[in-house]
Amino acid sequence: MVEFVLPKNSRVKTGKHHAAADGAKKKRRFKIYRYDPDSGENPRTDTYEIDMGACGPMVLDALIKIKNEVDATLTFRRSCREGICGSCAMNIDGTNTLACIKPVEEVKGDEVKIYPLPHMSVIKDLVPDMTHFYAQYASIEPWLKADSPAPANSERLQSPEDRAKLDGLYECILCACCSTSCPSYWWNSDRYLGPAILLQAYRWLVDSRDEAKGDRLDMLEDPFRVYRCHTIMNCARTCPKGLNPAKAIAEIKKMMVLRR
Amino acid sequence: MRIETPLARVRGLGSAKEGTEHWWMQRLTAILLVPLGLWFVSGIWWLVMQGASHDAVVDWMRGPVTATLFILFAATTFYHLKLGMQVVIEDYVHNKKMKWTMLIGLSLGCFIAGASCVYSVLAIALRG
Repeated sequence: MVEFVLPKNSRVKTGKHHAAADGAKKKRRFKIYRYDPDSGENPRTDTYEIDMGACGPMVLDALIKIKNEVDATLTFRRSCREGICGSCAMNIDGTNTLACIKPVEEVKGDEVKIYPLPHMSVIKDLVPDMTHFYAQYASIEPWLKADSPAPANSERLQSPEDRAKLDGLYECILCACCSTSCPSYWWNSDRYLGPAILLQAYRWLVDSRDEAKGDRLDMLEDPFRVYRCHTIMNCARTCPKGLNPAKAIAEIKKMMVLRR
Repeated sequence: MRIETPLARVRGLGSAKEGTEHWWMQRLTAILLVPLGLWFVSGIWWLVMQGASHDAVVDWMRGPVTATLFILFAATTFYHLKLGMQVVIEDYVHNKKMKWTMLIGLSLGCFIAGASCVYSVLAIALRG
């Protein structure tokens, strides 16, 4: 749904300010979106001053430091802290990325602004509701489908050339940075699958071992599921893993035309 | 209130089994409109520059090549307009009644405008 103005109960207000402890040498200010569903209050932005001299280099290090030392109520997802789990995807300095691999130093200006992934329902603070996104992933049936039984004494074989076609696709960690940066996904995510899910769909379409390409394309053949992609390219620009979902979607469209 | 699983919501009424034709025709008409558009603009420019009279313009339009190109240009333009505007409406208009009213209005409008263009060219070209 196109919404240019936030509903009244979603307008962001200015919240609390937490000054750095005395004697802090390398002060850096973090402005963080806060929303507590239990309070019944509007979301707000709290600011925290952190001594970067006593903090790790990444944005996630700063968030953990804030949670440990300043404000234990700050809520966010994190797990691997090395860019492979996708949990800490959030909007930092206006761009969706992973907090764990985003150096604080890369953020210009005096404030590091941190918001949850855009245009998602917020559960609390920096934690968006991913239910719909995961259901969309399930809908493309992301597993190998083959009617032919696997060879008795070996795996299903794949040539090195065919395996190479999965490069740039298998690395996707489903962090949703791309999908939530896509205006088409903002306006039509109820029906548009979005860049992340379509890249995953292409990962199975291009897998030489998969025998369900026709069914997969049939499922995607829809004005909304695929064709809301207007090659805006936000997905490729924001992907923290350097992948190109827009190219995967273009390849799907090519397959659709070639099978006619 | 509706109690639906997330997967049921995603699957909805299933795939519409169309979309590729729309996408492909939008590209084809876009490519076709490059030479046709250049021809149209340069043709009109040439007539304007030489200060052609009404009779001269009518004479020019009656040529078989010119008339054919004119019909192609009008038909392609309105078809392309219909395809493009349809995408814009589907992207941004979410009120169901409004959306379908606009889509039907767009289809009819483009069809009528295109047909009247074609008729006008034929009327000029075939008048004895």
